[in-house]
Amino acid sequence: MKSSANSFSKGKVRFRKYLPVYLMILPGVIYLFINNYMPLPGLVLAFKSYNAKKGIYKSAWVGLKNFKYLFATKDAFVITRNTLLYNLAFIIVNTVLAIAVAIILSELTGKAKNFYQSAILLPYMISMVIVSYLVFAFLSAENGFFNRTILRLMGKEAIFWYQEKKYWPYIIIFVNSWKVIGYNCIIYLSTILGIDRNYYEAAAIDGAGKMKQITSITLPLLKPTVVMMTFLAIGRIFYSDFSLFYQVPMNSGPLFPVTNTIDTYVYRGLLELGDIALSAAAGFYQSVVGFVLVVISNLLLRKLDPENALF
Amino acid sequence: MRTREDRIFQTIGHIVMIILSLFALLPMILLFMSSITDDGALVRNGYSFFPEKFSLYAYEYVFKTGNAVPHAYYISVVLTVVGVTLALVVTTLIAYGLSRPGLPGRGLITFYVFFTMLFNGGLVPTYINYTNVFQIKNSFAAILIPGLVTNGFYIMLMKSYFTASVPDEILEAAKIDGAGEWQTLLRIALPLAKPIVTTIGLFAGIGYWNDWQNGYIYLTKRTDLYSIQNLLNRMIQNIQYLSQNTKLANADVGLSAIPTVSIRMSMAVLGILPIVIIYPFIQKNFIKGITLGGVKG
Repeated sequence: MKSSANSFSKGKVRFRKYLPVYLMILPGVIYLFINNYMPLPGLVLAFKSYNAKKGIYKSAWVGLKNFKYLFATKDAFVITRNTLLYNLAFIIVNTVLAIAVAIILSELTGKAKNFYQSAILLPYMISMVIVSYLVFAFLSAENGFFNRTILRLMGKEAIFWYQEKKYWPYIIIFVNSWKVIGYNCIIYLSTILGIDRNYYEAAAIDGAGKMKQITSITLPLLKPTVVMMTFLAIGRIFYSDFSLFYQVPMNSGPLFPVTNTIDTYVYRGLLELGDIALSAAAGFYQSVVGFVLVVISNLLLRKLDPENALF
Repeated sequence: MRTREDRIFQTIGHIVMIILSLFALLPMILLFMSSITDDGALVRNGYSFFPEKFSLYAYEYVFKTGNAVPHAYYISVVLTVVGVTLALVVTTLIAYGLSRPGLPGRGLITFYVFFTMLFNGGLVPTYINYTNVFQIKNSFAAILIPGLVTNGFYIMLMKSYFTASVPDEILEAAKIDGAGEWQTLLRIALPLAKPIVTTIGLFAGIGYWNDWQNGYIYLTKRTDLYSIQNLLNRMIQNIQYLSQNTKLANADVGLSAIPTVSIRMSMAVLGILPIVIIYPFIQKNFIKGITLGGVKG
């Protein structure tokens, strides 16, 4: 009895000692509770018929009906396909380009390389609303640079870019790369700059040229970073940048077959179409599959590269 | 001692980078040139890099049609300043706290933070929570609070910086000298953690300045709370928005006189301008920050 009372008061002393630290932690804990934890019970809406008057808890249960409706539509397939395929394209295109740019930047001499790096990073800083203006300046049917200058010089008919879905997979991939290459390349560049210069000097003495040095020193040593970045991206493959897919195509209906992703679908269902049941079902689907994917990709990453796994 | 292959590599490398830099910058140059082109010339030639006729009328129009643009600027600046302050206070405090070894329950609270990086309720429950429970629709809180204050990534990043770069011995020594936790944080840990504080501040600042979704989702009536991004978003959907929603300061400027083609571009230039002006000053810190965040440890 005595010892337990003793440890109890020890605990009390310890708690009092750390009281200021708990106070420091409190605002962050409260914010995450409001922003991330309180919404979680709302996920049950996917299994209910939402009635705004009754609220989440009193709305009637409908079992899997919302999911049956969702997966009976073509939308479920289209939004899943678009989300996955765009992310795969982003992973491949951005990784290849970012590594190429990082290698070039690391080898270049002269002051201009600081300018190059600043120039390609600038798009990352710009909001997607402004990006949509930039794209509009090129693609506007009446006044766009493509229709009025380039296609005219080539003697071709004007194209109604915002109506023609066949161009948009390329436009989306281009805009995404344009925006993020500068950012991704910095991560690879910092890995390259961390490589011991002695390797290169030894290789040069042995007669290896620039290309040989890149393929046998730089690329193999970049592999862990590539693996880490790729697995982190795979963990997020069920999520898309809402701004990119909603704002840049200007929410144009004819383009939905190639621009609708899970995130834009959930948004439109909730706030434009008022179809909360389908929206909630799609959101639940994204949360659960997204969670499974992030856990699996990190378990795999932990095997390959334990230092950089999230857990 | 440079070989021929080296020289070829340098030449090709510079050419590739010049092309990529042009790709990055040309859209912004097109935007700017179009904004200073006469509206009639734009109608004749479309948006072009080489204006046939210069005109600043679009800018004049933007500032003559009431104070919508300056007001949106004001909202954006206030939002960013308040947001960054809030983000830094909340993130630094929890990150420092979680870096203290021996804190009872540390593992549990760390997991509480970490779990938010793995699982996410998504838009529908978040929207219902903020609108029904907290009723923040059409308030300043609606653009300040949802999603932007802090997140698991910021907290974990800062926590590992505290753990790695602020030696525990120094903190313990300060305690022995009689400093409390708050004093230790402010006087000793924070000065050592400047790089990460700057980084999180920049991330949060860019997040607040560029955010348009909170305003788009939660501001259904209070258009007076529109940030510059929200105003731009409305303008691209509805070119007449500016003149419809502001009392005309100058009676001569009627609906018929809207420079409809150039005005979009002048508005966007105004939206980009602060970023371009600040960019040279924050660029170095930002690059350092990406390196900190991209490659852990």
